Amino acid sequence: MNKLLAEEIYYYMVLGRRFEYAAKEHYMRGDISGFLHLDIGQEALSVGAVKAFEKGDLFSTYREHVMAIARGMEPRAVMAELFGRVTGVSRGKGGSMHLFDPSRFFYGGDAIVGGQIPNAVGCAYARKYRGEEDGVMVVFGDGATNGGAFFESLNIASTWRLPLIFLCENNRYAIGTEITRVSPFLHQAEKAAPYMPTMEVDGMDAIAVYETVKEAQKEIQKGRGPIFIEAFTCRYEGHSMSDPGNYRSPQEMQICKSKDPIERMRSVLLEKFGTDKQMVESLERRAEKAVEEAVEFAASSPEPEPTELYEDIFCKRCGNVVS
Amino acid sequence: MLYREALNRALDETMEMDPDVVVLGEDVGLYGGSYRVTEGLVAKYGERRLIDTPIAELSIVGNAVGMAMGGLRPVAEIMTANFSLLAFDQIVNHMSKLRYMSAGKITLPMVVRFPQGVSRQLAAQHSESYEQMLCAVPGLTVFAAGDVNYAYHALKRAILMDDPVIFIEHELLYNKKGEVDFNTELDPFRARIVKEGEDITIISYLKMVDDVMEAVPRIEEGLGVSCEVIDLCSLNPIDFETIAKSVEKSGRVVVVEEDHRTGGYGSQVVSRICEELFFTLDAPPLRIAGEDVPIPYNRSLELLSIPTPDKIAVQITEWGRKNGL
Ligand SMILES: Cc1ncc(C[n+]2csc(CCOP(=O)(O)OP(=O)(O)O)c2C)c(N)n1
Ligand SMILES: [Mg+2]
Repeated sequence: MNKLLAEEIYYYMVLGRRFEYAAKEHYMRGDISGFLHLDIGQEALSVGAVKAFEKGDLFSTYREHVMAIARGMEPRAVMAELFGRVTGVSRGKGGSMHLFDPSRFFYGGDAIVGGQIPNAVGCAYARKYRGEEDGVMVVFGDGATNGGAFFESLNIASTWRLPLIFLCENNRYAIGTEITRVSPFLHQAEKAAPYMPTMEVDGMDAIAVYETVKEAQKEIQKGRGPIFIEAFTCRYEGHSMSDPGNYRSPQEMQICKSKDPIERMRSVLLEKFGTDKQMVESLERRAEKAVEEAVEFAASSPEPEPTELYEDIFCKRCGNVVS
Repeated sequence: MLYREALNRALDETMEMDPDVVVLGEDVGLYGGSYRVTEGLVAKYGERRLIDTPIAELSIVGNAVGMAMGGLRPVAEIMTANFSLLAFDQIVNHMSKLRYMSAGKITLPMVVRFPQGVSRQLAAQHSESYEQMLCAVPGLTVFAAGDVNYAYHALKRAILMDDPVIFIEHELLYNKKGEVDFNTELDPFRARIVKEGEDITIISYLKMVDDVMEAVPRIEEGLGVSCEVIDLCSLNPIDFETIAKSVEKSGRVVVVEEDHRTGGYGSQVVSRICEELFFTLDAPPLRIAGEDVPIPYNRSLELLSIPTPDKIAVQITEWGRKNGL
């Protein structure tokens, strides 16, 4: 980890948080609707992991704005998607839960819990088949590790020795259900341990996440099979904007916020990398500006045309038309 | 009383009545259900009867089947129709067939409930309707609750019935207000005549009934006719007797559904009307249905993809004019 990279990670974390707060605000104003899942509190994990896994295919969930941006998707195009505008990454048809950018190997954006995991397994098979080395990373929550799709994927990925990182974001909750009420394990890595090497990391520490994912990527590129990482984290907001989140006590929230990943990364920059305060502040201002610009862009973008309704159901070159 | 309160009351009363009734699903216990249908029940009946499951729909329905085999009366909640697809193997291969395959030796007194349909911008993976697929599975009773009174009575009966029931709710109805008549038993297999009329029979179910009712004054004024509105309530079996009586009177029939047009449940209704009531018809039946597209996020596109009161009024009025009204 060098200073420049640390600064870049910090920038994206701040950008991510500001972006999410702006999304929240515009949801409350009615510019954004549907289910909006905020990543606030989990930025170290989203940014650290994505920046470490620079190349390779990335599969994520409905809580994916920050990952999408860290992957290089334009904040303005992501915000426009949340606003349902035609300039959005999915032309306003996907919304918050369905961000995709195959040109950046970012495959969203899946709102069926666990549904993206078998897709990532298949993609890893394809990459291995074609002799492409970067591998695949699939991100999912603690709640997803209780579903069949997850267990089937552990078995298949390890049997086929696929170049795949399973990255579990353990924020201890699946909506209002605490993980220990629906799993015999506190650490979900125990589920993967019979199949593959596992690693655990403090998901509130961006540098630790970065280094863990880097190491894991080197591992999967050796051809010996997949690896499982469990990152412990905390979401500050409710599950989505429709969840008041009152099943967690104020004390619990206080403890969780005391490890704030952004504060932490800020002091690492100042104390460990010798970034001066002015530089830190200018990164923060840049992030702030990028978000302002994104909101302006989204708000001034047009809605999709009605004809857009029938576009993109089939690829035209296959000769399919909807009548 | 709100729709969700009516459902809650039905659960509460049946749980009170029969200690073998249990509820299982994601966030149904401590959280009170994502649409608050099970609110307060865990405090009353405890975690052994309000079972918070992991996110594992195949197991939710599969376990409910096993619980029914083991002597309980489970009510499984799936958070949203789209997630029921993960449980389709259990619904289609197990829940619907065990009775038949065992020559009636196995009885499954169980209910699977879920909300479906287009809400507000929940996008393609959270907005679909599956009654057409479920009604195509012999062995399943399929109720669709579009009304508060029906929701209460039908859920109660579904729980106490010995056959497996799919109980469909609609995302947008949970806060709908209505009266519940606790003193009059209701036959959940019977369609409900929402409004009587003479000239056009409009058949619908779930939330589309409300949209039809909103459109009806405009249709009646525009065409100078009166419409009869039927809420099917039970989709399988269907109360064809009520339909036939109405169509014989009006000679004109419209079926309105939110679901995608191709293969939609309404095509089945129209087909049966054509087969059995052909000579009573004065006009070709009209189907108003959702477009054959995944549901888009953008609000204007979303509204383009399904029937709305406006579209219903315009299309029925045009069709009426074309057909001699
Ligand atoms: C198959 C399926 N079942 C249920 C849901 C509803 N749902 C959406 S997110 C969620 C909780 C997921 O928890 P977790 O995997 O821990 O991810 P987190 O939201 O905490 O990031 C549930 C139950 C869904 N989207 N898909
Ligand atoms: Mg979680």
